[in-house]
Order: sequence, then C-alpha cells, then structure tokens
Amino acid sequence: MDQVENFPNFSSSMNNSSRNSTFGHSGSKPVSYGSKGADSGALSMSQKEISDEDARLVYVDDPERTNERFEFSGNSIRTSKYSIITFLPRNLFEQFHRVAYIYFLIIAILNQLPQLAVFGRGVSILPLAFVLFVTAVKDAFEDWRRHKSDKVENNRIASVMVDGQFQGKKWKDVKVGEIVKIAANETIPCDIVLLSTSDPTGVAYVQTTNLDGESNLKTRYAKQETQAKVPEKERFIGLIKCEKPNRNIYGFQGNMEVDGKRLSLGSSNIVLRGCELKNTNWAVGVAVYCGHETKAMLNNSGAPSKRSQLETHMNLEIIMLSVFLVALCSVTSVCAAIWLKSHKNELDLMPYYRKLDFSEGEMESYQYYGWGLEILFTFLKSVIVFQVMIPISLYISMELVRVGQAYFMIRDSRMYDAATNSRFQCRALNINEDLGQIKYVFSDKTGTLTENKMEFQCASIWGVDYSSTEASLEHGHQAECSAQVDGKVLKPKMKVKVNQKLLQLSKNSFRNVEGKQIYDFFLALAACNTIVPLVVDTSDPTVKLIDYQGESPDEQALAYAAAAYGFMLIERTSGHIVIDIHGKRQRFNVLGLHEFDSDRKRMSVILGYTDNSVKLFVKGADTSMLSVIDKSLNAEILRATETHLHSYSSLGLRTLVIGMWDLSVSEFDQWHFAFEAASTALLGRAALLRKVASNVENNLCILGATAIEDKLQKGVPESIESLRTAGIKVWVLTGDKQETAISIGYSSKLLTNSMTQIIINSNNRESCRRHLQNALVKSRQPLAASAVPNNFEGFSDAIGTPIALIIDGTSLVYILDSELEEELFELASRCSVVLCCRVAPLQKAGIVALVKKRTADMTLAIGDGANDVSMIQMADVGVGISGQEGRQAVMASDFAMGQFRFLVPLLFIHGHWNYQRLGYMIIYNFYRNAIIVLVLFWYVLFTAYTVTTAINEWSSMLYSIIYTAFPTIVVGILDKDLSKRILLKYPQLYGAGQRREAYNKKLFWVTMADTFWQSIVVFFVPLFAYWGSTVDISSIGDLWTLSVVILVNLHLAMDIIRWNWVIHAVIWGSIVATVICVMIIDAIPTFSGYWAIFNTAATGLFWLCLLGILIAALLPRFAVKYIYQYYYPSDIQISREAEKFANQRVIGGNRQIEMYPIPDGPPR
Amino acid sequence: MNSNYSRFTQQELPAWQPILTPRWVITIFTLIALVFIPVGLAAFSASQRVVEVEYEYDTECIPDSYKDNATAYIKDDNTNKTCTQKLSIKSKMQAPIFVYYQLDNFYQNHRRYVKSRSDEQLRTKDKENDVSSCSPEDYVTINNKSEPIVPCGLIAWSLFNDTYKIQNKDKEVVINKTNIAWASDRTTKFGSDVYPKNFQASGLIGGAKLDPTKPLSEQEDLIVWMRTAALPKFRKLYGKIETDLEANDEIVVVIENNYNTYEFGGKKSLVLSTATWIGGRNNFLGIAYVVIGSMSLLLALGFLLLYILKPRPLGDPTYLSWNKNPGGLR
Repeated sequence: MDQVENFPNFSSSMNNSSRNSTFGHSGSKPVSYGSKGADSGALSMSQKEISDEDARLVYVDDPERTNERFEFSGNSIRTSKYSIITFLPRNLFEQFHRVAYIYFLIIAILNQLPQLAVFGRGVSILPLAFVLFVTAVKDAFEDWRRHKSDKVENNRIASVMVDGQFQGKKWKDVKVGEIVKIAANETIPCDIVLLSTSDPTGVAYVQTTNLDGESNLKTRYAKQETQAKVPEKERFIGLIKCEKPNRNIYGFQGNMEVDGKRLSLGSSNIVLRGCELKNTNWAVGVAVYCGHETKAMLNNSGAPSKRSQLETHMNLEIIMLSVFLVALCSVTSVCAAIWLKSHKNELDLMPYYRKLDFSEGEMESYQYYGWGLEILFTFLKSVIVFQVMIPISLYISMELVRVGQAYFMIRDSRMYDAATNSRFQCRALNINEDLGQIKYVFSDKTGTLTENKMEFQCASIWGVDYSSTEASLEHGHQAECSAQVDGKVLKPKMKVKVNQKLLQLSKNSFRNVEGKQIYDFFLALAACNTIVPLVVDTSDPTVKLIDYQGESPDEQALAYAAAAYGFMLIERTSGHIVIDIHGKRQRFNVLGLHEFDSDRKRMSVILGYTDNSVKLFVKGADTSMLSVIDKSLNAEILRATETHLHSYSSLGLRTLVIGMWDLSVSEFDQWHFAFEAASTALLGRAALLRKVASNVENNLCILGATAIEDKLQKGVPESIESLRTAGIKVWVLTGDKQETAISIGYSSKLLTNSMTQIIINSNNRESCRRHLQNALVKSRQPLAASAVPNNFEGFSDAIGTPIALIIDGTSLVYILDSELEEELFELASRCSVVLCCRVAPLQKAGIVALVKKRTADMTLAIGDGANDVSMIQMADVGVGISGQEGRQAVMASDFAMGQFRFLVPLLFIHGHWNYQRLGYMIIYNFYRNAIIVLVLFWYVLFTAYTVTTAINEWSSMLYSIIYTAFPTIVVGILDKDLSKRILLKYPQLYGAGQRREAYNKKLFWVTMADTFWQSIVVFFVPLFAYWGSTVDISSIGDLWTLSVVILVNLHLAMDIIRWNWVIHAVIWGSIVATVICVMIIDAIPTFSGYWAIFNTAATGLFWLCLLGILIAALLPRFAVKYIYQYYYPSDIQISREAEKFANQRVIGGNRQIEMYPIPDGPPR
Repeated sequence: MNSNYSRFTQQELPAWQPILTPRWVITIFTLIALVFIPVGLAAFSASQRVVEVEYEYDTECIPDSYKDNATAYIKDDNTNKTCTQKLSIKSKMQAPIFVYYQLDNFYQNHRRYVKSRSDEQLRTKDKENDVSSCSPEDYVTINNKSEPIVPCGLIAWSLFNDTYKIQNKDKEVVINKTNIAWASDRTTKFGSDVYPKNFQASGLIGGAKLDPTKPLSEQEDLIVWMRTAALPKFRKLYGKIETDLEANDEIVVVIENNYNTYEFGGKKSLVLSTATWIGGRNNFLGIAYVVIGSMSLLLALGFLLLYILKPRPLGDPTYLSWNKNPGGLR
C-alpha cells in the first residue's frame, strides 16, 4: 500500500495549509491512548502562566530571603528509611502490613492469655519472632548501606558563593538561592539554573549518565543577559520564579527577573543534580531545587511492585487451608462440648477437674468456666495449636528462594552481555516465577530487536541513488577524510563505508548543478543536527579522533557519513559551527535552530554564510517532509526520490528526507522577528516556537534522502523462532512506519512467506470496524480448513496457515477504548504474529492492557526506550534492554538485560526452573504444615478433646523453622527438572508453565489427599502399636516428631530430580539436625519428657514403627508417581529420560535396545 | 568472564539424577517385600510368644452389697478393700514376669492434668515453692499457714494406690518393686534430697500417700506414675516377678482395691506379662508389616506384568506431545 494513502487526512490537511496558516496538526482527534492527545495536554500546560501560588520564588544570591519561610528543603538527602531510634517501630510497622503476620501476632497474643496458654509464652512467639528477625536483619543491612552512601553524598564539597566569594561547602549545607560554581568533570550538587559559563556564548555541556544513563553530552545554556555578570565582582540581584518541584527531568518552566528584564527559562537552562559538567571549564548557577526536591531524587522511586500470579493463586489455596483450620477447630470444640456434656456429673471427682475440691469462696481459681466458655476456649486453643496450617514460613522461604534464584539469574553467563559488560539485572524480586508462564511477548523494535547502532547505507541525491553497499572500507580512503588542525590530524571516530562514485563527485563539487546539490546535501547532513563534536586523544599524539556526541543515533550516523564524504563537523558553539570541507575550514553562523519534535517530525537549521546569504536546511521523516516540499519544483526528482524511499524502507532501512530553501532577506527578517518574539515569550513558548518553525519550513526544495540501517541484534531471528515454537505469541509494537516494520518482521523471521497477512490501516471508526470484521471472517476460514494437521508447525494454535496481523497506530486510535477492542482481541488471538506500527507510547500500554484484561495469560513487555516505559509497567513482567536509548526503560523494568536474545535463556531456562521450583515449593509447604497439623489433630481425639500435644512444644515450633525449612529453600533454589541444553533444544517444554502444570487446583487436592493418608499412617501406626502399653506422652511424641520430620524430608527427596552435594547435605543434614534437636530437648531435666528419646529409641518397637511409618506412608505416592511417570509421561518426563539415557544409548546401544525394546509402532 | 564462571553459579554442579525406571521400581518394591514380610512374621511370632494374664477387677472387687454404689464403697475408709482371686497360668511364663496395672478410660493426657505438675520442684530442694502450675493442688493450709505441697499437682495427687500380692502354691511370690522406673528419672529428674511434704494433707485425698522419709528419687511408684501415659488406655509397671510361673499354675492375687476409678467409669486390670524384643503382646505391627510387604510384592508383580505387556521406551522423543499429534492432546 502506498505510504501517502495510509494517512490521507494527514497529507490532505498539509496540502491545504498555506505558508501563513497555522500548523494543522492532528491534535484535535479524539485520542485516548495516543501520544498526540498527551502532547496537546502538555501544550495547554505550557501555555499556562505560572501563578504566584504555584510558583517557587528564588532570590538569587540571597538564600536568607529565599528560605525565609523555611519551605524549601535543604540539600542533604536521606535515601535510608530508618534511623537507629525509628528502626524498630517503623520496620515492624512495615512488616505487619502482611496479613499473615497479623494472623500470627494475634495467635501469639491469644496464647498469652492464661486460659489459652497452650504453649509456653516464649515458645509461642518464636516462629513469628524468627521471621520478623530475619526480615529485620535484611532490611537493616540494606539501610546501613544506604546510610553509608548518603553520608558520602552529603559530605561532598561544592564551591558556593558566601559573602562575595566562592568557598567550599558541604553538599548538605547548600541552600536554595545560593550561587554554586562547578568546575569541569564535577558533579552538580543540586538543580541549578545556569547564570554563566566559561564559554563566551554561555554553553555548558553536561553528561546525564547518572540521571538517565545516556552517555552522550547534552547542551545547556546560560542566558545571554546573565552570562556577562561576574558574581565575584558585583552582587547578583535577581528573582527566579519557577514551577514547584516535579519529577519531569525533561521539562522546566520559569522566568528570571534581572535588571528589570524578564527572561524566560526552559529545560535548556537548568542542570540537574547528579549530572557531570564536561568540556566546559566552569559553570556558575543558582540553586533552585535542593535535596529531595531535585528532579533526580524525585525520580528515585523504584519500580512499581507487581505481584506474581502464582502468589495470587496461592492465596486461594491459603483460604482453603483456613477453611480446613476452622473445620478442625470446630470438630475439636464440638467433640469437647459433647464430652463435657456427657461427663457433666463426673467432673466433681475426676482427677482432672476435681470440682469438689474447691470451697465456694475460691471458685474463681477453679478453672472451669462453664460449658459455653469452655467450648470457646477449646476453639481458640485449637487455633493456637493448629496455627501452622497457614504456613508462615512459606512467605519467608519464598522470599529467600527468589533471592537465590535471582542470584543465579544474575550470574548466568548466558545472559552476560560482553559488548556492554552488563550482567542481567533483577530489579523486582517477587515475580521470578512469572517468567515461566509467559504467553504473550510485546516487543519494541528499535533498540530491542535491532541494535539501534545506525549505519549510513544509501543516499538519494537529486534523484540519483547512491548506495554504499558495494563500497569498500579501504584504508586509503579513510586517510583522505581527515582534517589538519594545529598541525594535528583529526579523524572521525567511526568509519563509514563510502560509495566511491559519490566520494569522487563530492570532491569535484561546485562545478555543476549536480555537484552543487551534493555539496548542499552533505552540508545539510553535517550542519542540520544537534551533534557536539568532541576531540579525543589517541595513543598517536599527532592524531586525534572526533567523537560525535548527540542525542539521536540517526544524527550521529549522518554526521559520521558526512565526515566520511569530506564534510567534517569540527566545532559547534551556540552561535556558529565549523565544518572542514575537503580540507578547507569553513565557518557558518547558526542563526536559528528548530529542534526536533514529535509533531513536526523534522528539524531545521538556518545557516548564515560568510557572503551573508541565509539558507534553511531541513531534515525529517518522509511523511512530514513530503508535505512541506514544494511539489511544483523538480517533480521528476521528487518522484524519483519517493521511489528510492520506498525501496529503502522495504529493505528495512530508516529513511530521512533532506530539503533546503534560500531565505530572502525579507523572509529571514520575518522569521527572525517571529523567532525572537517566540523565544522570549512567557506564555506557551514551546507552541509558539513550533509554529514559527512550521511556518518557515515550507515550500522547500528537495535535496535528497538518506537511508540508515538499523541492524538487527545478534540472534534475534533464532530467538523469535524459539519463542514461537514455545507457543509464545510475539507482538511487535513499533513507532516505525509500516514498510520498515514489515521488512524488519521478515528479517527477524517474525513474518514468513507462508503467512497470510491481514493489514488494517483505517482512518475512521467505520472502516476500522469493516476491516476487523472482514479480517475475522478471513481468519476463521483456515481454521475450518485445517482438517489435516500440520506436523511441522509447533504452534499451540495449530491452524493451517498462520496469520499475521499488521495494524497501524491510526487504526488503533479508533479501536482502543471502544467496543472494537473485543473484535481486535478475538482477531489477534487467532493470529500467530501481530505487528503494530506507528504506535505512540501510551498506545503500547493500551495494547498490553487489551490482552491483559481479557486473558489470564501472562504478558511480558520488552523495550529499551523511554517510549516503552508505560508498556513495561503495564505488562505482568517488564523487561528493559540496557541499550543505547538510556535507562528509563531499565528503571521501570522488573528485569533488565543487554540483548533481546537473552529472553530465550531467561524464559526457557530460568523462567521454567523458577516456576517449577516455586510451584513445587508452595505445594510442598502446604503439605509439610498440614501433615503435622493433622497428626496433632488425631491426637486431640484421644485426649478427651482437650488439645494436648504429644509433640513437644519446642519441636512443634522448631518444625517449620529448623527441622524442615532448609531443604525446601535449597531445593527451591537449586533443583533443576531439566538441563539447560534440553530446555533450549525443545522450546515446547516451556508450555508446562503456560498450562500451569506445576501448581494448580488438581495438584493441590491430590497432595492434600496424600497428606491425609500420610498423617493417618504417621499417627495410627504408633497408636495401635503402643495401645495399652506403658508408653508415655513424651516418648510417643518423639516418635511422631521424628517420623513426621523424616517423612517430609523423604517425601521431598523422592521428588528431587538432581542430587548435587548441596542438596544431599541439606536433606540429610536436616534429619540429623532434627535428631540432635530432639535429643537436646530431651536432655533438659526440667522438661517432663526428660530422656524419653533415649529410653524409647533403645526398644525395637520404636525402630519398627519408624520404618513401617516411612514405607507405608510413601508407598502410595511412590506407586502413583511411577505409574504416572511411566504410563502417562509428561513432556518434561520424556525429555528428562532422553537427557539421561541419550548418552547411554550411544555408548551401549545394543544393551540398551535389549533392555528397552523399541516397539514396531507407537503403542497407541 | 572466566573468573565468574563456575559450575556452581552456572548451576551445573555434578548431580545424580535418579529416574524411576521399571527395573528400579520393581527392584525397590521386591526389596520392601523381602524385608517387610520376614520382619513382620518375626514380630508377629515374637508377639505370640508373649504370655499375658489379664484380670479386670474393678467390678469384681466390689462387694455385692455395694454393687449399685461403688463410689460410696471406694470412698468409705472403713470398708474392707481386700479382694482375692484365683488366676490360672495357661502356659509357662519365664522370668522376668512384669506386673502391670492397667487403667482404661483414664485421661492422663488431659490438658488440665498433664500441666498440673512442677518439674522444678521435683528435682530441686530449693524450688519447693515453685508450685504455680499445680493449682489446685499447690498449697495446703496448716495451722493457718499456707504450705507448699511436695510433690504438688494433680498428677502426684492422684497417685495409683491399689496394691497386689501374689501367691503361688501357697507361697508368696516376691514382686520386686525396685528399678521399675527409668534410671534417668531416678538419677536426674527426681531429686535425691527432695522429700514429700504436706502430701495428701488436704481434705480430699486423691490416691496413695508417700513415705516422707524417702526422697522422691526413691519413690518409684510415683516416678512411674508421673510419666504420664500417652493414651487413655495404658499400663504402668507395678513390679517384676523374678521367678518363672509354670503352665497350669493356679496363682492367687490379693488386691487392695483403693483407687477410685468408679467416679468416671474407668476400668482397672492387673496384668502379668512376659516380654520379648518387641515388648508386650501386640500383633498389630507384625500384621501391618506383613500387609505392607505383601502389597509391595503385589505391586512389584503387577508392575512387572504391565512392563512386559506394555513397555515404553524411555526418553523416546516420538512420545513428546508435539511430536505425536499437535491437535490430539490439547
């Protein structure tokens, strides 16, 4: 489809616009999830005058007056949460936000009441105290580290104006209104408005790595009016009125009154805390935001916390367990009531009631409270005894397991990016297991699928295509494009492939019209940008390298390309640029610069030549440029250029169109007047500047077009292939245009030729609806025709021919937030690939929300730029690529990594493992706690329902802390169901997580049934074996303790897949530790169970019981496990066998075949 | 990078990876059967070898005139509590013969009862005032002074006080009442310098009285009684007979029926029993072992049969769900 036809409303509105008409941008469209809507919102914001109550008044060099009302925060920062005094209360307060902890606290408090004292007072608090203590130690350690870094930060020295001269002052003492001087390479202590810099034009270069991770230099300006003043000589008097502190690091609004003049201040006049001053000897500024009010600190909040799906599901089962708990307690209290009722007349003389013994006066000390209260107390007592039914230790275990899993994810060498020396980062610690259940992947394109390292590929100049593909990178050519400065050779840092023909032509320019156009073309590339050339020393003292620093990688690529063709940008100040053109240094005055914005999608520069002629150079996206180019001029060339553009973008290249215009004196004056007015305007300056720009960028003469290759990252096609084989739906959401997106789709194997493509580009609601309905009909057809299943396609939605949906942002405007969403979702869920192009950042989030709202399937968003932040935060799992475009995506993400291809090991290996491990761990923890509760419960039935525990109270408290806690944590961190190799070889194995095979209702109930059986065996074997014997409570209690502990450890051991030495140590170690603990407890003479274990363990009956319990309890599980694994093997099971026996097959083939005869055909 | 690479961080530690192959499973079940059936049979025969004579005397030792009012009889200090019964020994009982009293429906594990003791007081002389957990059997008022009871609490208070004498062929059979309690209790848990004080001195007497001149560590009946039974039906060792009783011997037991179980419907029995390695007579474990062993054998045979009839090649990729039938399973 033709480009222009895709946006008819856009181009038509442009055609109608005349030079003087206001820019008919599309902000009036009804947009909800569109960037345009967001932009127009910002526009209205900027038009507002800062009212006095919304403003912050800063008296320059007068901190006393500025801080008169003590409303501005000082510059000392505190990222730590606690002080020594507040640590205990605050930390406890925060910890008790967990409902489970409150439950355990209530139980511990109940236990303190004398009537309910089931356990000793100390013992009952033990588990809760342990959990609280572990968490508190962890928090305290983290906070101590923050304290340390705060201290270092606060005590750094800044040079501050005090009594007319600059003096060293600690950062924490800097106040709003003070004048601060920063030397080169120093870090800025607070947000300052620049007053003057060492550069005569007032330019300062700053590096914002600490703020947004971008390593390129940014330019900031001091106002001309303040640049001349020297604060040391005369006191600076001025008033800055600016907006209240906010977290927008790219925006600043304010004005400054100096010498009766009002100067407007914008984001280019402020330097933020944490930035470093570069390439500038010094800069002087006034502090406007300090400490916690600086933009850097306001942005310091971490990623929003997400909750894992597993944990959400787990809560349902926890409710189930609470129901069990209430049921057990009710049974106990009802039985107790019946017992009391039937023995009512016997209580008088019973050794355990002895009512008769009490004379009337002392009745209150006789602890019988009547029938009703006794029942209530029995109920509460049973809650206390059976409390571990709700596994408190599970929460802390899960946290520890996730930390352990994160450690291994971080250390995985498969996810280490050697190119940027960056490891995998785990920023969120509570959604590890979600990585194993992903069903949808939403990916950004630029910087995520592609490297975002732009390479200049082709140029179309004056209708002639020069592509550099056949060009060579010979050494001789590189030497030519260098410049001599002060006897030193300057070379561009990056080498670019050049087209020999074009190189020759560019050298012989000025001779003909063609040469003139080439000259202008490269001049535009070198000049029309915001690149700052940096001169870097090399090992060779005579050679220096020029490093082009800029915010846009496209501009960098173009500047390097221009340098390679002999147009080397050497110097840029705010007033002029110096370009070395084939060895001749030329100086141009920069009269005006209209920066790029997302509405105009172009930028322009007005250059004043030495002969006083003025030229306007414009470069921009083809759609926006073609609408401002004068079509009556050079129609042939325009057509040729359009053809080239089309072929470039179908190769997957990013295209830009270059245009220029000779400004006449009157045109220049008119522009100059408007520009001056706009740039000093106080109201809506941004909008005014934009209007000035779009007025002058009109009726241009076309120069040509450039094509830049955005190279695919390594391993992207293979990764996408794997993800799709695993049944993950990959959606690509990109801001690029359709052709580029589709071509990247092909090169990344997202799209294949066997796919049916459905393309939706509509510009109104009705046609959207029509398109969607047609597409739905189309998508249903192959489904019906898929009678013959395709054995080679591994897609879970096994349809005949896979469908690819391609939809653009304009259509999405009408679909999102309307009733068409439903149809889009239905259509999209039938497609194996969805490609959304031209989407705005908020639309990306809208698409993620569309899927998230309608399915329970897990979504993952991966991106690298600021425009992906909303999508990353919206998705269940957000992954940031720490790449070229800065760190905002990383800051918002849950996981961050260097390359897109790391998604495969992240999901298939770690996600799979994490999910399997944690799912098993939760089920196991339920089992582990339920079994001991049931054993306690059975015993209660034989104690006249009085909730006596045979198991020593210390043992029952240590049970979930020491006896059984460590194995489950270690297994949760270390056990692997399958090796990395197999998991990568069969991506389909990932489906186990998507189908929730490791944790589901069925597994829960099966495990609970098993728990029931095991508890019966544990309890009743000793009961019958010791019935009517001399056995005492402590002895049989010790037997129950040991059998339960050994049983649950063996149960775990049976399910462990890989036994390495750590697991061996921890499993057998806990059994040994338990035995030691039981022995220690029984060696305390003041406990009633003194020496019980030693006496009973000396009898044969004890050991026979123990062995019998273990075997009988595990027998059904073992048999069922075997039948299930052997006769109904899961994919994981088969792969596991394949992994183990594959090697043996090769080595001892004959023997193996004998043992496992391969049947002639499949058995079923 | 190489410095960071280790088998541990890459989770590639050498590991043993067991897989439930039919061979393994059948072997394991057969092994269980091979161990459990013989052990079960041995346990069963050991239990069968135990000779046990049990005589429940709680109703028989009430004179006919008191049959309807056993409580009144047992509470009356003036009634004659002696009760004689002939028992015949079915088969030879080899020394040592253990003499037990067995109580049924007596909840020594009742929460109120279990807690009503002071282990500190039992062990240390200085801790005789440590009676806070013993209420109501904590202090007794003597001469308007509150004196602590040693040993305090309901357990000690309700000490069993029936006594047995056994005659065989008109000769007194000696019942050895020493070393009937655990050595650990005698040496460590019960103090050798702690003497009974104010015991059973209040109005209501729950059971036996103690000799105030003997330290607690020598009061073995008390020590045995204080090891509270786990279950409502239990035996406690009364003493040991160190001579054999021959088959068809007619022994005469003379019982002093003092202990009040009539109040709450408890049962009392006298038990003479020999012991083997498995303890007293209890067939349960033997039978359970044989059952578990037989089940394992059955499972082993069943799995063997299944394996011969329907084997599955292990780790065959053709069985993977996506290789079998993409549409079939889902």
